[in-house]
Amino acid sequence: MTALTPSTAAPARPAQRGRNMRAGLRLGIMTMVGRAYPRLVAANREPDWIFYEVALPLLQICAFALVYKALHAPQQYIGLVILGGGMMAFWINVLWSMAAQLHWERQSGNLELYLMAPASMLWILAGMAIGGMLATAVRATAVLILGSLIFGVTYNVVSYPLVILAFLFSLVALYGLGSMLASLYLLYNREVWAIQEVIQEPVALLTGSYVPVAALGPYVGAFAALIPLTLGLDAVRQLVFPHLLPTLLPAGLEIAILAVLVVVFCGGAAWSLNFIERRAKIQGKLSLKWQ
Amino acid sequence: MSHSAQDTVPAIQTIDVRRVYQARGGRSIGGAQAGKGVTALDGVSLTVQRGEIFGLLGRNGAGKTTLIKILTTLLAPSGGQAYIDGMDVTRDVIKVRQIIAMVSGGEQSGYGILTVREQLWMFAQFYGVPSKVAHARIDELLSAVGLGDQANQKVYALSTGMRQRMNLCRALVSDPEILFLDEPTVGLDVEASRAVREYVRKWMGENPRRTVLLTTHYMFEADELCDHVAVINHGQIVAEGTTDDLKRGLQEHARFQLEMAEWLPAFTEMLRERDGVVDAQTEQRNDRTQLRLALLREEFIVPTIASINEAGGRVLALRRIEPTLEEAFVRLVGDEAESQREGEEAQR
Ligand SMILES: Nc1ncnc2c1ncn2[C@@H]1O[C@H](COP(=O)(O)OP(=O)(O)OP(=O)(O)O)[C@@H](O)[C@H]1O
Ligand SMILES: [Mg+2]
Repeated sequence: MTALTPSTAAPARPAQRGRNMRAGLRLGIMTMVGRAYPRLVAANREPDWIFYEVALPLLQICAFALVYKALHAPQQYIGLVILGGGMMAFWINVLWSMAAQLHWERQSGNLELYLMAPASMLWILAGMAIGGMLATAVRATAVLILGSLIFGVTYNVVSYPLVILAFLFSLVALYGLGSMLASLYLLYNREVWAIQEVIQEPVALLTGSYVPVAALGPYVGAFAALIPLTLGLDAVRQLVFPHLLPTLLPAGLEIAILAVLVVVFCGGAAWSLNFIERRAKIQGKLSLKWQ
Repeated sequence: MSHSAQDTVPAIQTIDVRRVYQARGGRSIGGAQAGKGVTALDGVSLTVQRGEIFGLLGRNGAGKTTLIKILTTLLAPSGGQAYIDGMDVTRDVIKVRQIIAMVSGGEQSGYGILTVREQLWMFAQFYGVPSKVAHARIDELLSAVGLGDQANQKVYALSTGMRQRMNLCRALVSDPEILFLDEPTVGLDVEASRAVREYVRKWMGENPRRTVLLTTHYMFEADELCDHVAVINHGQIVAEGTTDDLKRGLQEHARFQLEMAEWLPAFTEMLRERDGVVDAQTEQRNDRTQLRLALLREEFIVPTIASINEAGGRVLALRRIEPTLEEAFVRLVGDEAESQREGEEAQR
């Protein structure tokens, strides 16, 4: 056989490397925007989302709110429920549109095409996440505003920058966790539905979306803290309803832990994606056959 | 970049590529054999030059898709080397991915809620094609495959044939150099599959560096499109060459069919005794006689006809019988019934 010229032989000069890096970044961002696009479009093209993603959460919030009212709890408790409902929208989005997503993408054949594209799959995941976050933000905001108006809840914000920081960190950590799960789900494709069902409801309770976390006790609380929603929600609650409730940890510490979770989950997502890709290439599991 | 050196690098080259699929779960279900897995590719060596449309033919389960998956960096080979434009598909993954594209028959890629244009734009994004360039390309591609009117239609509303043509556009929107087509016309009607074939040929004609590796079960498609073909059977290449090579390789004798008038049965005997005539058969058709000749070599047809004329027979028409690619294929890999029996056995 003729010797083939190895294409990697020539070492890139620094200027060249800089240009390559910029080109790589540009490609990555374009990939991300491309993948985010269908999520944003889908959000507005199917009008029934208004029912499923705003009306249903509102109904759920109403149910809890009425219970609190019956117990003559302060008005702010209902505010807690509304905040939790808004955050739950993100969790549901992460579960069904991040964690389970690669599983669906494999069934449609998209997974192969995404891998075959020159940018890292992480950009695809980032696009999915950003698209999902933006689309869900519209719903969560709708739930928040409508819920607050209906029940006349007022907020007493301690520090806007901290609220925003806590919210953003928990969101990024949450989607990082979703990306990590997405790769792992590819390994266990049959069990996905079972896992989804098992996770969704307990998480709503554990993370304190409808019930304050601190009420669950320190051990359950510590476990729940692994899910970024818990700490994020607790921090935001402290910052908008100060002194209302016993808290899990001081808000500043919670935000610091969230920052660590961001690194852990995003790093974990990168690692598991790489692991899955290599393993799937060896096992031949990137596509499904129905024959 | 020195072009002369570049052009000698084959577009696609595989050296002794092997691929074994391990049995699912690693547990042996049907005794010891089940644990060994399936050998899908068993030492495949192929070279495809720039500018070629190369056809890979083989029965179901022969290993065609497996080879394409390896070449498109989606599957790791169990052994051997594979190169795209001189780049190793297992090591230079990113560079390989920049110049390839793949379309599979019946693929359901993309998102139904997007319009055709949006879907193609999304895939152009993944290859860093600026939006302006992408939209110009999308317009051109869609009208070329007859989907100009569907640009703003939702993807879920497309028929199978429209969808498949859109898939072809999807692959071409990144302007790849090397295109893999895995049964691109499966399930398409006559017109749609012709549209796909015609466009592939036109696309190839636009740039001499473009290369296509195609699999198909339609022999006429391979015959019509491909410069070179290889026949793969049980993971091994059993024949390779131009379609004409394959057909000729099959034919030991030159075969002719003649329409005769004023034929006498004695002529047949006379012909059979002539030098260079391997066989002669006749069949009565109304007032004519159809004569089938097998000759040692093509050149023997001239003296043979001369001797018929001398004896008083009259040749009305003469036709050389060419074997079809399908015949060549069946000869190489066995017939359908056999393949089905084997397939059923493999299922168990
Ligand atoms: N992911 C997989 N896991 C296990 N075995 C596989 C896998 N993919 C293919 N095989 C096996 O490898 C062999 C070759 O399959 P391949 O899909 O490459 O055939 P093919 O030539 O493309 O067939 P077809 O014409 O039906 O598309 C078959 O025996 C098939 O069952
Ligand atoms: Mg196949």
